[in-house]
Amino acid sequence: MAKNQSIQKGRGAVIKKNFLRNWQLYLFMMPVFLYFFIFHYIPMYGVQIAFKDYFATLGIWGSEWVGFEHFERFFSSYYFWRLLKNTIILNLYMLVLFPLPIILALAFNELRNGAFKKWTQTLTYAPHFISVVVVVGMLVAFLDPNTGLINHLLRALGMDTIPFLTSPDWFRHIFVWSGQWQTLGWSTIIYLAALAGVNPELHEAAKVDGATRMQRITRINIPSIMPTIVILFILNIGNFMQIGFEKVLLMQNTLNSETSDVIQTFVYETGILEGQYSFAAAVGLFESAINIVLLITVNQIARKVSENSLW
Amino acid sequence: MSRFSLSDKAFDRLNLIFVLLVTLIIIYPLIFVISASISDPHAVNTGKMWLWPVDLTFEGFQRVFQNDAIWTGYKNTILYTAVGVIIHLFVLLPASYALSRKELMGKKAWLWFILFTMLFNGGLIPTYLVVRNLQMLDTMWAIVIPGVVGAWSILVARTFFQQTIPDQLVEAAKIDGASDIYLFFKVVLPLSMPIIAVMALFHGVALWNQYFNALIYLRSEDKFPLQLILRQILILNEVSADSASSAAGSAQSFADQIKTASLVKYAVIIVSALPLLIVYPFLQRFFVKGVLIGSVKE
Repeated sequence: MAKNQSIQKGRGAVIKKNFLRNWQLYLFMMPVFLYFFIFHYIPMYGVQIAFKDYFATLGIWGSEWVGFEHFERFFSSYYFWRLLKNTIILNLYMLVLFPLPIILALAFNELRNGAFKKWTQTLTYAPHFISVVVVVGMLVAFLDPNTGLINHLLRALGMDTIPFLTSPDWFRHIFVWSGQWQTLGWSTIIYLAALAGVNPELHEAAKVDGATRMQRITRINIPSIMPTIVILFILNIGNFMQIGFEKVLLMQNTLNSETSDVIQTFVYETGILEGQYSFAAAVGLFESAINIVLLITVNQIARKVSENSLW
Repeated sequence: MSRFSLSDKAFDRLNLIFVLLVTLIIIYPLIFVISASISDPHAVNTGKMWLWPVDLTFEGFQRVFQNDAIWTGYKNTILYTAVGVIIHLFVLLPASYALSRKELMGKKAWLWFILFTMLFNGGLIPTYLVVRNLQMLDTMWAIVIPGVVGAWSILVARTFFQQTIPDQLVEAAKIDGASDIYLFFKVVLPLSMPIIAVMALFHGVALWNQYFNALIYLRSEDKFPLQLILRQILILNEVSADSASSAAGSAQSFADQIKTASLVKYAVIIVSALPLLIVYPFLQRFFVKGVLIGSVKE
């Protein structure tokens, strides 16, 4: 008991001494602490409005509890299944294209001509630096039914023109492939770095054994960068349901909303535009919950299957 | 052996063609936009112009530079980007440095406090309400403060400090009586230019290109950043009214309005995207470095 107390006392003294000596380090932490507290932890506290009827005059705490009313209203509404379906299909579509940057990185890695490699890499990075507003603006220009380049091409080939941006059938393809255009080159960077770390002795040994280039890619390069692939895949799933909503919002119009209505655009519409704060917060919370469950599940599976995981 | 070297050659050739093809597909739209911005809009709209400029004209750029809204947007974007980057560094660097020092107590708690925000956040609406309650709506602060720093950047910068600032250096300076603040500004920061450049560039590009915060938090048009103005012109097609007013009341024909709209469209894309597109090849190594140190697993 006495010993315990002296340890406690000793600890208190150590903390005090540390603080007096290093108080400036704690001062350094203040801006970050305040920022995260105000803009992340207070909103987490504010999430409770999803279970309340929020009135600005009553404040977050003063507003009345309503339980799961907003969730029930959302789940039973006719647009719930449409939103869920659109969100999932759009994200699965993007996930299916996950191997494309890996393929391009493997191809870059096999280039022998250094200058050519450098030029092509630099050029493919370019779209990464263009804003989504400009990308959607370019889509609007290129896909215009009358003046757009693509429809001129279709006409030249004797085909009918297509109103791409107002067609629900085309929304997903345009959204996903324009996203691929923007990120493909940039996404190779991380894989290229992993490929640069592949042990050259493996390739030497494989050459002696008479392995072809293709065999060396599939048997040496791909397994070597597998840990990187798994980690990035998990991170991708962690962002499932939330990638690119700002672009969806820009591409959305009343004519294509059948496929372009996703959960987050709905949160924006009902919350920011219509001011139904509690209801929109409930919808947003539903989405965050799915995300966390997905991330944890995938991480767990990855840990079991490949021994590579985030935690 | 010769059989393999032959198939090697074929492989190389095919691979070269593949990479070339991908690169061409990626840059073609950009070349088209550049050519369209200095071509006669009639040639562009009828599909006559498809690669190189046809009937050279710089009218689009002239109209863009005459447009007050675009100028104001440009000015605002530069201001928001500059102020945002400065605050970003001010919040990010001292904390990342402190987290890299073993003297800091409760490191695990600090890291959890920061990392938890990656896993869960309050979402759009609760964050919006905080910004509103702080009276930040329709001010520059709503653009530069929310999202000023992310957990990811803190981890990256902390890793950098751990790897580049040797403990002995800090200890020696402290024995000489240097304070942490003095040490940070006079010793640590001068050694940390690469990470400062990387962080400033990443955050700067993000601020330059973002539109959504401005969309939800700003009301007055004179505060709109360039991206919101672009949205009006490129996506909502609100350019015709604007250019009609700048044409000093002369009644424009419908065809002329369409002509102006398409002229301005491509030129405004160039004006907004060009600064970054010109700069990034020269700063590429910093950007690549940023992606790579960001991928170092904790």
